[in-house]
Amino acid sequence: MTENFDIVIVGSGPAGLSAAARAAQRGVNHVLFERTDHASDTIYKYQKKKFVMGTPDVLPLQSDMRFEAGVREDILDTWNAGLEEHSVNISYNCEVTAIEGSKGDFTLTVNGKETVKAKHVIMSIGVQGNLRQMGVPGQEWERVQYQLDDPLEYEGETVVVIGAGDAGIENAIGLTAQNQVVMINRGSEFARVKQGNLNAIMAAIESETIECYYSATAARVEPGLLVLKTPEGEAEVKCDRIIARLGANPPRRFVEACGIKFSSEDRSALPELSATYESSVEGMYVVGALAGYPLIKQAMNQGYEVVETILGHPVRPADQALLEERFAAIEGMSVDEVLEAIQTNVPLLSHMSRLQLREFMLESQIHRFKPKDTIFERNDFTNSVYSIVDGAVDIQINPNDPSEVVTLHSGAFFGEMGLLSGRRRTATILAHADSILVETPRRAMLKLISSIDAAKRVIDEAAIARQIQTHLAPNIDPALLDEVVSTATIESFSAGDVVIQEGETSNDVYLIRSGSMMVSRRIGGRDVVLSYIPAGNYVGEMAMLTEAPRSATVKATVASETIRIDAGAFKRLLEREPVLKREIEARFQDRLVQNVETEQRPDSGDIIDFLVNQGLGEATDVLLIDEALCVRCDNCEKACAETHGGKSRLKREAGPTFGTLHVPTSCRHCEHPHCMSDCPADSIHRAPNGEVFIDDKCIGCGNCARGCPYNVIHMAYPPPEKPGLLQWLFMGMGPGPGEDKTPREKPAGARETATKCDMCKDISGGPSCVSACPTGAAIRVKPEEFFSIITSTKSGRA
Amino acid sequence: MHEGFLVYGGFRYLKLATLLSVVAIAVYGWHVPPDEPNGGTWLGYGLGSIGAALILWLMWFGIRKRRYGTTDTLQGWLSAHVYLGLSLIIVATLHTGFQFGWNLHTLAYSLMMLVIASGFFGIYAYARYPQLMTENRRGVTTDEVYNEIGELDRECRQVASALPDAIASLVLVSCNETRIGGSVFRQLSGVDANCGTTRAFDGIRDLASSAEATHGADIRKLISLIGKKSTHLRTMRRDVQLKALLEIWLYFHVPMSFALLAALAGHVLSVFYYW
Ligand SMILES: Cc1cc2nc3c(=O)[nH]c(=O)nc-3n(C[C@H](O)[C@H](O)[C@H](O)COP(=O)(O)OP(=O)(O)OC[C@H]3O[C@@H](n4cnc5c(N)ncnc54)[C@H](O)[C@@H]3O)c2cc1C
Ligand code: HEM
Ligand code: SF4
Ligand code: SF4
Repeated sequence: MTENFDIVIVGSGPAGLSAAARAAQRGVNHVLFERTDHASDTIYKYQKKKFVMGTPDVLPLQSDMRFEAGVREDILDTWNAGLEEHSVNISYNCEVTAIEGSKGDFTLTVNGKETVKAKHVIMSIGVQGNLRQMGVPGQEWERVQYQLDDPLEYEGETVVVIGAGDAGIENAIGLTAQNQVVMINRGSEFARVKQGNLNAIMAAIESETIECYYSATAARVEPGLLVLKTPEGEAEVKCDRIIARLGANPPRRFVEACGIKFSSEDRSALPELSATYESSVEGMYVVGALAGYPLIKQAMNQGYEVVETILGHPVRPADQALLEERFAAIEGMSVDEVLEAIQTNVPLLSHMSRLQLREFMLESQIHRFKPKDTIFERNDFTNSVYSIVDGAVDIQINPNDPSEVVTLHSGAFFGEMGLLSGRRRTATILAHADSILVETPRRAMLKLISSIDAAKRVIDEAAIARQIQTHLAPNIDPALLDEVVSTATIESFSAGDVVIQEGETSNDVYLIRSGSMMVSRRIGGRDVVLSYIPAGNYVGEMAMLTEAPRSATVKATVASETIRIDAGAFKRLLEREPVLKREIEARFQDRLVQNVETEQRPDSGDIIDFLVNQGLGEATDVLLIDEALCVRCDNCEKACAETHGGKSRLKREAGPTFGTLHVPTSCRHCEHPHCMSDCPADSIHRAPNGEVFIDDKCIGCGNCARGCPYNVIHMAYPPPEKPGLLQWLFMGMGPGPGEDKTPREKPAGARETATKCDMCKDISGGPSCVSACPTGAAIRVKPEEFFSIITSTKSGRA
Repeated sequence: MHEGFLVYGGFRYLKLATLLSVVAIAVYGWHVPPDEPNGGTWLGYGLGSIGAALILWLMWFGIRKRRYGTTDTLQGWLSAHVYLGLSLIIVATLHTGFQFGWNLHTLAYSLMMLVIASGFFGIYAYARYPQLMTENRRGVTTDEVYNEIGELDRECRQVASALPDAIASLVLVSCNETRIGGSVFRQLSGVDANCGTTRAFDGIRDLASSAEATHGADIRKLISLIGKKSTHLRTMRRDVQLKALLEIWLYFHVPMSFALLAALAGHVLSVFYYW
């Protein structure tokens, strides 16, 4: 007999728990299915004693389950008690594997066997997905595991680690301390892993600390034995334990199989939802992380709201008060009226659902400006985008003459160039009239672009025109650029992709709008690098001007985007605009001269190569040490520690060296910081001068530390009180000036947070590592200066 | 791009120090003292005050060096320290009026010259050793070399487990009795006369000829492993040596400058006392 429920809730994370508690409280016939044998698996899997944050602090909690910031164990206990208290009907070890039917009559399959019926379904399965299994005979052996919490738990075993990604490598290296480790790599090399991990694993294999099988896959498992398929046939590996780190299958496939539509093909796209969290399948609701709300409190609020909505009770969204406050600047309009006005006035924002817009506005700011107020200035490093709800602004298009302006009116947006290129603002903008503007931070904007195709198109179209104007033809009447703009296209390249091939006969011009390029030529059978070109510049003008085949190869150094400009259209523009033509020709000659100079230094290419590998291709500011000047006094590290609560974010000695040019382990302040892309607390930002920094909202999930390819983010506990200088001198108390003050052991309940270089943004003298270097060995350089580094570096003698 | 502290700011402080010295010499040449030149004339007092002020200011560098997050750069300070420190040679010597003797005044002067001489060595060290350190290490970090050495030891022990006790015990000597660094003297010498690894290497080589044929392969492997370890040891000892050379002079420069401070205080007091 199939059971019949009013509401079935799938997944017992904070969202599901809160929904179930509300259903129980309302006396609704419900069930909460949980795949594992405990509630809230994602939080269950946090590190022991992890301090869980209650971000965003301003958002009130609206749920029958209690939650406040605290240690993982306490939170889980509170929720388990809540399940009892509210008599929630929860079924453990029940994985929902299929959902069919429609509102009022859904059929859910549990564990691939039993079925239940439901009038409404609430999906709250989070985004962690299923850990991928080996999928080979014998994998049920109890010593096959897909996770490793603490490598020091095991001792004296032979452990096989399958999976050559970052997680697998980190586990394997951690295990070598007390065990024999064998690594199984499906590929013939370690591709797409962090440089630090790559170095570590290669060193371990080289020194035979880890034995590695390449191009090998698991064929079957027997207790104590793993059989491999290798190019040379089968191989047997005796082992005490198998740890397979094969990544997770994101839940999207399952969710789509249930009939729910996503907003686009983009990997980060979200399910399409109504203002009440209803998905494209009527009667099926999506809440929590899967709906795009990555924090516990949000998830719990939604669980509550969605049950109320299903039951037809009026809901006052938890964020209502916040929006009211946010909109206080606009008098005499209700929250809904303001939202309405924004959507009708600003086309860019008109495609969002009400729910998305509310979230978007919570992250955005509303500003009122008076005529002549400065909104931002040229060379600021901010990257928010502004939309004009009402009023108008003036863009100063000529830095030398502030009176030359272009005026944008209500409905337009600006500031997208900084967002797209990850670089400084290219123009100063002032209010033209009394204006109401919405300022949206980078993250919310990127979310909008990736989840709503229409918004992406609107941005791209405007951006092409403005980027061409700014970087190619700043003093030309925009109307004259119409032909060039309308024939231009956006092209994306991955790191290493060839944009232009030497010898080719194409002659379009490429404007680099994000990332950077490397120009090289084949000389005497060798690729000689001629120059490095950062975003905001163009390449390919030589062939267009000379009509000759391409004289050099251009490659993307990092993931980059270009605007491809049609050669014919561009030429016609130059014929009409002799001043512009002369400028471009002059630039072309400079490049020719520069090329000749670099060609005479055959190793300059190696230096560029080296610097690009160290991330300079995407850096906005990087610390370089000239080892010929560095007296190894470590005053730079001491200065960093002293100015950052006792913990140096810089490791002087670590990091590679070319000749005497050393790149220490320190943040590059990337144009598009990898660390920023996945921060649930939105606590990584870019300061107006370009510093990428982490604020105190960090919840310590470690995503950023894993995401940074240069290994410069460290998870750390707050250091103990620093002793006074005299206490240290006379009583030997605590660490002395400049010494590392991080506690070795985790203090109970301590909050681990991410720490990284913030380029001393709060210190007026600039980076203290540089100001504390007695000899001038440590300097910070910006992309514009890379070329001079290349020509001045002493050759790779060492 | 990089600019060392000697060329800092287009030799700003070299120019300043030269100006100070030239003016001091010119005034000294022009000035006709009542009897013979000495510290007691108005010029002597003038030069003496400048010199004393300079010394106090040079000492201040030790404190300034430990103030972090400042608006000016330590590099500028060091540049000034070096050039103005050197100008003391002129200023203070002229201050003495070439009157030397076995007294506190000349002691202060000698200590000052010693501090300056050690500063000279410092400049030499800073100019020469950093580059040598880089060349010696070939882009590998100390941690990496130490790990490598630990790894080689592990392998040696593994190979030795199948070999006769005499050889195995030599391997233990190599593993347990090898030291890098140690006493100041040992650090500066860059070698270790009693190095466990060298002893083990020599011993195994001697035993190798008399060993059984079946052990031949293992012994050869052992010799190549220990040989590799010796190379690493040489690199690390050289590294320690260079690092020590970069620092050792400061252990002279600083205490001497404190002694100078004391002598200077005595010098000034006694002058005023006898006045
Ligand atoms: C390391 C780390 C630290 C974090 N720290 C914080 C913090 O300090 N503060 C904060 O607010 N947020 C934090 N977060 C984010 C927070 O954990 C998530 O936003 C939150 O857990 C999302 O809740 P949810 O209910 O949507 O999904 P989840 O908590 O992911 O719960 C989903 C549940 O569904 C179950 N499930 C999945 N599929 C099925 C299925 N088919 N059938 C049945 N059950 C299924 C799972 O087993 C799981 O129990 C952190 C995240 C991580 C990874
Ligand atoms: C009487 C004159 C001088 C006095 C009293 C003096 C004093 C000092 C003091 C107190 C320090 C700080 C050391 C520390 O705390 O680490 C120092 C550092 C130093 N001095 Fe002098 N000094 C004098 C002259 C000179 C001269 C003439 C030179 C160079 C020719 C020189 C070169 C240096 C150098 C290179 C350092 C080290 C800087 C560093 O690495 O931090 N000094 N001196
Ligand atoms: S911390 Fe962020 S900005 Fe800095 S190097 Fe890593 S990814 Fe780039
Ligand atoms: S650990 Fe990093 S990613 Fe995670 S919240 Fe903190 S800053 Fe963001």
